[in-house]
Amino acid sequence: MTTRDFFPGAEPVSNLIEALHKLPGIGPKSAQRLTYHLIRSQADEARALAEAVLAVKERIQFCSECQNITETNPCALCSDPSRDRSILCIVEEPLDALAMERTRSFKGLYHVLHGAINPMNNIGPENLKFTELLNRLDKNQVREVILATNPNMEGNATALYLHKILEPRDIRVTRLATGLPMGGDLEYADELTLARAFEGRRDMS
Amino acid sequence: MNRPKVYKTEAIVLQHMILGEADRIVTLYTPDLGKIRAVAKGIRRPSSKMVGHLEVLSHTSLLIARGRNLDIITQAHLINPFTKLRDDLSILSRGCYLAELVNDFTPDEEGNLVVYNLLINTMGWLQESSDSEILLRYFETHLLSELGYRPHVQTCVTCQRSLSPQDHNFSLRDGGVLCPSCSHGLKDLERISLTALKVLRYLLDNSYPQCLRLRVENTVSEELDRLMARYIRYHLDGEVRSAGFLKRLDSWKSKEHQRLRKSLEGVF
Repeated sequence: MTTRDFFPGAEPVSNLIEALHKLPGIGPKSAQRLTYHLIRSQADEARALAEAVLAVKERIQFCSECQNITETNPCALCSDPSRDRSILCIVEEPLDALAMERTRSFKGLYHVLHGAINPMNNIGPENLKFTELLNRLDKNQVREVILATNPNMEGNATALYLHKILEPRDIRVTRLATGLPMGGDLEYADELTLARAFEGRRDMS
Repeated sequence: MNRPKVYKTEAIVLQHMILGEADRIVTLYTPDLGKIRAVAKGIRRPSSKMVGHLEVLSHTSLLIARGRNLDIITQAHLINPFTKLRDDLSILSRGCYLAELVNDFTPDEEGNLVVYNLLINTMGWLQESSDSEILLRYFETHLLSELGYRPHVQTCVTCQRSLSPQDHNFSLRDGGVLCPSCSHGLKDLERISLTALKVLRYLLDNSYPQCLRLRVENTVSEELDRLMARYIRYHLDGEVRSAGFLKRLDSWKSKEHQRLRKSLEGVF
């Protein structure tokens, strides 16, 4: 039974319910609730939502440099003269770049791969923005590449592959430290993390 | 199988799936319950107590609470992280292949200690192995045998007469080798050379340490790889994704190598 069956003669309602239902994490009930909320809300509120959705599709593109999502090409970060162009931080998703930006401690540029190598889903380098990365390294003077992929199986596979292809170049390749999280608990740390935390210990100063 | 409200088990993590804001659904292979799926709540937050204990391809000890729909992992403690599996992309992808085969071939909630031990041993051997092709073939043949798909290689699978020492046909549908008269006019056949047949017999009947002594030529190894891949695909009725990845990995290596050489030539 589709949602259409419930609303004979109210096609726009059924259409909206079905469209919302396609979104991730939205079940049939949530789709119905959201639709009724929109029916009751002010017209300009609904218009603003519709325009925001359209704007995302029409005005957002990938930055030709870092492949991040952006409205202007190159993006605001890539065209900012105060950023250090010789350091590239490689992340899996645009949201990861955003998280790094929030630290305000990184002054270099990013490169977004839009995914990670995943043998289990047969996602390899050619499905990601690797060629763009290599072209960028050919064009620009980069002295350090920071591998900031997630510390899980897929992120690690990606870092291993990147390390392999960057090795022959005269570029320093670093990987983000793995260790104990702030607010964490030693007792619950796994061996791998603890061992890495030991290796990466530093002097108190 | 009826499980108590809260139960302890050890498991190999086969697969992850993102669920909601910070949770994951984890597919586990356990010795008594076989393949089960359970929710690890909050595991995508760095401060989660379970983070790191439930990575794909790790051996872990768990406390699980029975849920209405999916069970919920309440505690996780790593037994063996298989660190060496993670240091090399080609070894890691082979590890993924093992996990994917077990995930694809085993039914839900049917314990099989032989399969469990085969998986955990093979992951261990993979960390040490120099010839992972023989190891993969060993794993495939023994996994298939245990689950009822043992290739019939001693006699003709149709007429049961003994096979003459020559090249034969392997029938994917019948799951075994056919003598020349039985294979006449049949479809879904694969050529199998006499050497490959002998290697297959040896793999099926011996333990891995014994199989390690096998010295197999590249052509025979490729032939067996192809045959087993087709046999597996025939029964799964679908692709093994990590097998496709493994094939592509080798071709990238050579392509990337060429690309790098070209870019170096440009510099000098």
